[in-house]
Amino acid sequence: MGRSVPAARDPELAAVWAAVAAVTDPEVPVLTIEDLGVLRSVDRVDGRIVVTITPTYSGCPAMQYIADRVEDALSGTGSVGEVRTVLSPAWTTDWMSEEGRRKLTDYGIAAPVTVRTRIACPRCSSRRTRPISEFGSTACKALYRCEDCLEPFDYFKELL
Amino acid sequence: MNANPFAANPLFSYLLRLADDNLVHAQQLGALVSWMPELEEDIAVANLCLDHLGQARNLLAYAAEVEGAGRDEDALAMLRDERQFLNAVLVEQPNGDFGQTIARQFLLDAYQVPLYEALVASGDAQLAAIADKAAKEARYHLRYSTQWVVRLGDGTEESHRRMQAGIDALWRYSADLFAADDVEDALAGIAADVAPLRTRFDATVQAVLAEATLALPADPYQRLGGRVGNHTELLGHILPEMQSLYRAHIGAQW
Ligand SMILES: [Zn+2]
Repeated sequence: MGRSVPAARDPELAAVWAAVAAVTDPEVPVLTIEDLGVLRSVDRVDGRIVVTITPTYSGCPAMQYIADRVEDALSGTGSVGEVRTVLSPAWTTDWMSEEGRRKLTDYGIAAPVTVRTRIACPRCSSRRTRPISEFGSTACKALYRCEDCLEPFDYFKELL
Repeated sequence: MNANPFAANPLFSYLLRLADDNLVHAQQLGALVSWMPELEEDIAVANLCLDHLGQARNLLAYAAEVEGAGRDEDALAMLRDERQFLNAVLVEQPNGDFGQTIARQFLLDAYQVPLYEALVASGDAQLAAIADKAAKEARYHLRYSTQWVVRLGDGTEESHRRMQAGIDALWRYSADLFAADDVEDALAGIAADVAPLRTRFDATVQAVLAEATLALPADPYQRLGGRVGNHTELLGHILPEMQSLYRAHIGAQW
């Protein structure tokens, strides 16, 4: 499902989008909420700006922090509005942008795949890797190890 | 026959049933953090705990809205007493050893996957939204717990014995997950129909136990009552630990 990037013909919406889209995930700081697909829309409702975001996991502890930073970014633009958190449609790793996937790999975290076969090592690109744990240091990651460079690495686990 | 007090506000009661399964289970998992046999499992249990707590919060926040009595999610979690908790008795059973912890997680997952998948089609839009999110997480949980049931069951003699003991200890609390009454009856098109849930649960349990070379206990006894607040004594030990800090400092923020 695509995000609704506001049309350039509404400069205020475009300015708010640009400002809030730059908010980063505190747990994976190379990713913005736009890269993640957490930022869903910026609209005008009854003359007020409404920024809509959606959580990654039900219990994601970063969500309150992200919502607060989005509030800050919104008020920094001078526009009057609010931030809404919606649960539906539910976030999926399919919403992660290509840009986000590239940044993630460069950062040393394997990007989510649709069908989990052999995950490529983000360091040496080897596919001789194996899962160590279905869960990792944060809710969104699993732990893998590369059999070639022998390094452990995080995999941003698919949520479909 | 007394009227079921929980049928007075059926959607509120139904949301509490779903929320309390997650809340009590999360509290139990939280107590395991730093005590798991390996670091990887310690991380896993903390992540499972967070997912279940997040689901509980979404459900309780909506329950508070439906009730419309000025209580928020914290008040519902921290200021209700044992008889007002509507979780199935399964989730209040002790963590036990790793086999028992995994058995409880597996039985809950095998129930929650079809539950949430059914609720995605609920006539209540907010419940459907919460379920849509939770279903993705529950499928991941079931994959994790299934792997452990199979690995332990079809493992060494000792791991098989412990995994079987976990299933034996907890099976008698599993039917309570499916105990439905006039609360569900009043929510046609909103609540999940329990009969198909039970069918899918049985199919999952049967397939996984067969692969794990495990068996269901022969004893047909099932302890029911959690859905109407009639709990085993264990919940009375879990709640004070969960609630005492909040109750000592009402309204505190940090
Ligand atoms: Zn490598």
